[in-house]
Amino acid sequence: MAGAASALFLLDIKGRVLIWRDYRGDVSSVQAERFFTKFIEKEDDPQSQDPVVYDSGVTYMFIQHNNVYLMAASRQNCNAASLLLFLHRLVDVFKYYFEELEEESLRDNFVVVYELLDEIMDFGFPQFTEAKILSEFIKTDAYKMEVTQRPPMAVTNAVSWRSEGIQYKKNEVFLDVVESVNILVNSNGQIIRSDVVGALKMRTYLSGMPECKLGLNDKVLLEAQGRTSKGKAIDLDDIKFHQCVRLARFENDRTISFIPPDGAFDLMTYRLSTQVKPLIWVEAQVEKHSRSRIEITVKARSQYKDRSTATNVEIELPVPSDATNPNVRTSMGSAAYAPENDALVWKIKSFPGNKEYMLRAEFSLPSITAEEPAPERKAPIRVKFEIPYFTVSGIQVRYLKIIEKSGYHALPWVRYITKAGEYELRLM
Amino acid sequence: MSGHDSKYFSTTKKGEIPELKEELNSQYKDKRKDAVKKVIAAMTVGKDVSSLFTDVVNCMQTENLELKKLVYLYLINYAKSQPDLAILAVNTFVKDSQDPNPLIRALAVRTMGCIRVDKITEYLCDPLQRCLKDDDPYVRKTAAICVAKLFDINAELVEDRGFLDSLKDLISDNNPMVVANAVAALAEIQENSSRPIFEITGHTLSKLLTALNECTEWGQVFILDALSKYKAADAREAENIVERVTPRLQHANCAVVLSAVKMILQQMELITSTDVVRNLCKKMAPPLVTLLSAEPEIQYVALRNINLIVQRRPTILAHEIKVFFCKYNDPIYVKMEKLEIMIKLASDRNIDQVLLEFKEYATEVDVDFVRKAVRAIGRCAIKLERAAERCISVLLELIKIKVNYVVQEAIIVIKDIFRRYPNTYESIIATLCESLDTLDEPEAKASMIWIIGEYAERIDNADELLESFLESFPEEPAQVQLQLLTATVKLFLKKPTEGPQQMIQVVLNNATVETDNPDLRDRAYIYWRLLSTDPEAAKDVVLAEKPVITDDSNQLDPSLLDELLANIATLSSVYHKPPEAFVTRVKTTAQRIEEDDYPNGSEQGYSDATSQVADGAASPPTSSSSSPYMATRQSAPPAAAPAPAPQVPDLLGDLMGLDNSGAIVPADQPAAPSPPLPVLLPASTGQGLQISGQLTRQDGQIFYSLLFENNSQIPLDGFMIQFNKNTFGLAAAGPLQVPQLQPGESAMSLLPMVLFQNISAGPPSSLMQIAVKNSQQPVWYFNDKMAVNMLFTEDGRMERGSFLETWRSLPDSNEILKEFPGIAVSNPEATLDRLAASNMFFIAKRKHGNQDVFYFSAKIPSGVPILIELTTAIGNPGVKCAIKTPNPDMAPLFFEAVETLLKA
Repeated sequence: MAGAASALFLLDIKGRVLIWRDYRGDVSSVQAERFFTKFIEKEDDPQSQDPVVYDSGVTYMFIQHNNVYLMAASRQNCNAASLLLFLHRLVDVFKYYFEELEEESLRDNFVVVYELLDEIMDFGFPQFTEAKILSEFIKTDAYKMEVTQRPPMAVTNAVSWRSEGIQYKKNEVFLDVVESVNILVNSNGQIIRSDVVGALKMRTYLSGMPECKLGLNDKVLLEAQGRTSKGKAIDLDDIKFHQCVRLARFENDRTISFIPPDGAFDLMTYRLSTQVKPLIWVEAQVEKHSRSRIEITVKARSQYKDRSTATNVEIELPVPSDATNPNVRTSMGSAAYAPENDALVWKIKSFPGNKEYMLRAEFSLPSITAEEPAPERKAPIRVKFEIPYFTVSGIQVRYLKIIEKSGYHALPWVRYITKAGEYELRLM
Repeated sequence: MSGHDSKYFSTTKKGEIPELKEELNSQYKDKRKDAVKKVIAAMTVGKDVSSLFTDVVNCMQTENLELKKLVYLYLINYAKSQPDLAILAVNTFVKDSQDPNPLIRALAVRTMGCIRVDKITEYLCDPLQRCLKDDDPYVRKTAAICVAKLFDINAELVEDRGFLDSLKDLISDNNPMVVANAVAALAEIQENSSRPIFEITGHTLSKLLTALNECTEWGQVFILDALSKYKAADAREAENIVERVTPRLQHANCAVVLSAVKMILQQMELITSTDVVRNLCKKMAPPLVTLLSAEPEIQYVALRNINLIVQRRPTILAHEIKVFFCKYNDPIYVKMEKLEIMIKLASDRNIDQVLLEFKEYATEVDVDFVRKAVRAIGRCAIKLERAAERCISVLLELIKIKVNYVVQEAIIVIKDIFRRYPNTYESIIATLCESLDTLDEPEAKASMIWIIGEYAERIDNADELLESFLESFPEEPAQVQLQLLTATVKLFLKKPTEGPQQMIQVVLNNATVETDNPDLRDRAYIYWRLLSTDPEAAKDVVLAEKPVITDDSNQLDPSLLDELLANIATLSSVYHKPPEAFVTRVKTTAQRIEEDDYPNGSEQGYSDATSQVADGAASPPTSSSSSPYMATRQSAPPAAAPAPAPQVPDLLGDLMGLDNSGAIVPADQPAAPSPPLPVLLPASTGQGLQISGQLTRQDGQIFYSLLFENNSQIPLDGFMIQFNKNTFGLAAAGPLQVPQLQPGESAMSLLPMVLFQNISAGPPSSLMQIAVKNSQQPVWYFNDKMAVNMLFTEDGRMERGSFLETWRSLPDSNEILKEFPGIAVSNPEATLDRLAASNMFFIAKRKHGNQDVFYFSAKIPSGVPILIELTTAIGNPGVKCAIKTPNPDMAPLFFEAVETLLKA
């Protein structure tokens, strides 16, 4: 099934080629541009919005970022998953280099863009996408670069994500445990889907080649060690590790051992699909009085312990698109009508556990309606919040051991936070 | 970090090129570098700066790496248009490939491989040889890929210079990145070669599994993809492999996960222990679910793959249906795929929840999504008998909303439900009839009319309802007319009263005299004849019991499914089509199709119905009067037993030295030994029946010459053949004439073929899928390739003048070029004759340097001309073939054909 990309294209919002790199000489930029400009014109056809499209013998795979499309073209049966993911990584690389990836930044840096396109892919095969290491030998400020430059060892090393010889005065590691709660409640008030996606986000400022070992209250591990009774252990559904973690080792004895990249990265992500009680429950009642007035009553209840507090709570309530003259009262926080989103946004700065707040809103509706009512866009209620010092899963970092041959002592800092992910409650 | 390169885009309009030329030759380094940047900027915005070739190449010898890279980039772009000047760069390349800095050595070898100019490739060999053995792994990993590049340009050179062996040595390299790139290069080369080059042995397997733990994420994908082709010797080995691969499921890179899933699924086929299999399924489920939290584009690929996986291993995600519920903000393409999978996972246990979801979706805004949701409800009803009633009540609720397209879609699926469960839910007909006048889509109308006709005896005012449609009969689309005709006949047979009698007169008149649609007319005449001669017989035919339909949502043909599962994560698995249906990269070393190309010949075929599913546009089973079974019978009538002597001379019968006395051998056919026909269905797969065949062309008629050999223990008879839709709609013109074959006997048959019967949509492909059946064995499916030159028509000759005119009138984008580096034309006369024999007509010839340029014309049956330009130095290998045609899609097929002809 071997196969690779024929060319990579960076295109503007209208589908015109900004910069492209030809890897195999069998797809031309004229051909790609002609196809793609036409393609994005007819966007009302949903079938044509698939991110993988075939045209005249060529398959195009594309993603969008800001006002730029990134597109790979191939004439072979290439690995679609790998190429699409590669395009996303390409965005990360460009963002690392130019802060923001957009049409302007590409034009402003076209020389580096060409250099990067030459290095990250060869003959259509993805090669190397670690921005930090790339920046050691491909620099925007190229005047400073002397020809003595060599490829960093990391490019071909087994440890391809970290260079040698990194030095810090103070060795520190910051570990943020971030959990996002995804929930979908149907119009009968039933929870039809709920899961938690967690991430261990690390920022490392460590010298040399530190060998790290992370201990969690992982149920499987603790049971294997015969330590079930002590404290709460958690059972994670699916764990994904950054490429620095030795997967075979984890498979063997559940040890999370790694040499970390320098700076920020996601050490691991995990998923938990056990039913969780919705942290913030929202009930809305919509009453249509006569034909000209609509009244919405909303109750929001926090269902976590008193000692926790949610911050920056935002509850987005859908309202009919033709509603006018909002009249809103809240028992806490403030609400603003956002007609551009057909929504009422209720913001509560601080929402302690086991509390209930109310909102009452009234809108006018036009008295004349179309005879055959068009189907209303039935948007759900969406909720955003953050609860610091709290995780739904109960995950705990038991230890983070850092060993480096120079023998320095490093300080790990751990924080926990829970956020709303895709938190949707369908209107009754 | 931000640059200010945009200033290079703004150059003065006046005399841009001369100005740049001057700057490129400046004595100051910085000025030269700026000038090169301006040149690259101009190139980027699409200006032609090829005239500066010499000046830019002069800047190549520099110590400045950035400048060097820019010049190299320029070379990659323009070397092809200036092949003679490109040679100027060779010295610097060779020198750079020995530079003390590994970055420069790698850069040189990487760039040289991208310059697809034949003259340069020769100089590439020595540096490449050195770089493959370089001390620095960065250079070796680049050189490994370069071998694949060289193979793409000149395969023979790679083989002659022993690069393949060097590449294979790199599999044992101590650096994991080098190993990964070597694997990628070898896999690619193998793909384009008919010889076994890269075969994974037990030894390489363990090496690669070790490298897997250490190489970059992309390298892991290369290795996993290559290893998924490995066939383990037994269940134990398979289990061992799986054990080494499962840790990859924990990788953060989705592509690594999907490739690992592919490999595990492949090995699972061998594993016999149900415990192990169950355990693996359990292990794969969470990673598959997690893919749905990836970026939407990745989700899309994952969902298309999961669709395949659940067809083979339904248990994996049986309990996970909720994760496929659509989120409000999912892109529409993700929602559509989720819906497909929800139908597949729907079961009696979860149907209530699923129906609630579907109902929710059916009131969203996106019309196509809504329609699909309504269809989904119908498909669940057909699939799950016990839930059918609940599905119907949801559909009725939706109809009550009275949104036009929802109603129409609901009626279409209800018709299918009626067919699946006859005489069960007729009570709802009254509700359906209320929406009669809102129907404006042909399919919905046709469905409603079918329902009225089918249940005419239970609908009191059936005649009135049908009559309301009759007024507009002439304007209706064919689909509706056909249904109206049949429904009226049904009504008349069920209620032979005065009203229907008059109606039938009107309809039959409309459908015979007034129409020019042959299908409609034929059907009307048949009814007419039936009704006028024997109304009882008409009843038996028209009101016959229909075969019950089944759910089609799980029915990708097993052999196609196998192939797609072996291609997980690739485009093939996204399109749900085998790679040959869309891969258009013309293979440089494609050889005459031989037996080896068809290891599983018989397992690759699939029927019409499944290719519809493969399109992702799986429609519910069609109902109405003709079942698929009948369709099959119509287009492939059984070979009548006392077959009249075949009208077609059995040309090859005697040539093959077979005992086939009935064959007529025309006198002008020289009795030269002709090559044996390629085997299409080997005896090992055909339970003893071996079929060989090839397309031939005689006097403007296309034939399929076929050889049937019966190596089984039983006599075989009742042979029939059928062709699946293909690009040219090639199909049998008559029944297959094969007598009964006793064990050990064989028979030749020359089957006349016709074009434009069942034309397949999609990209042109030479693939031809054939099904052959006989009375004793199951149906055999196999593939063959159409040599497109067999289709060139005799009237393809063009006058010089019109050739030139056509060539000029076609835009340059319609010109497609292909080189055959390995082919030499030593005897032009013989070649011209051979091409003429295939209806490629010689037009003119001219000299260009030491090369000869030949022009030809040809025409494919749809009347599309192909203009051909062949450039070659007589006697030397390397033929360049350029074609220009209004229909450039055909190019890959054409090149396949021309290569065969030139090689012959």
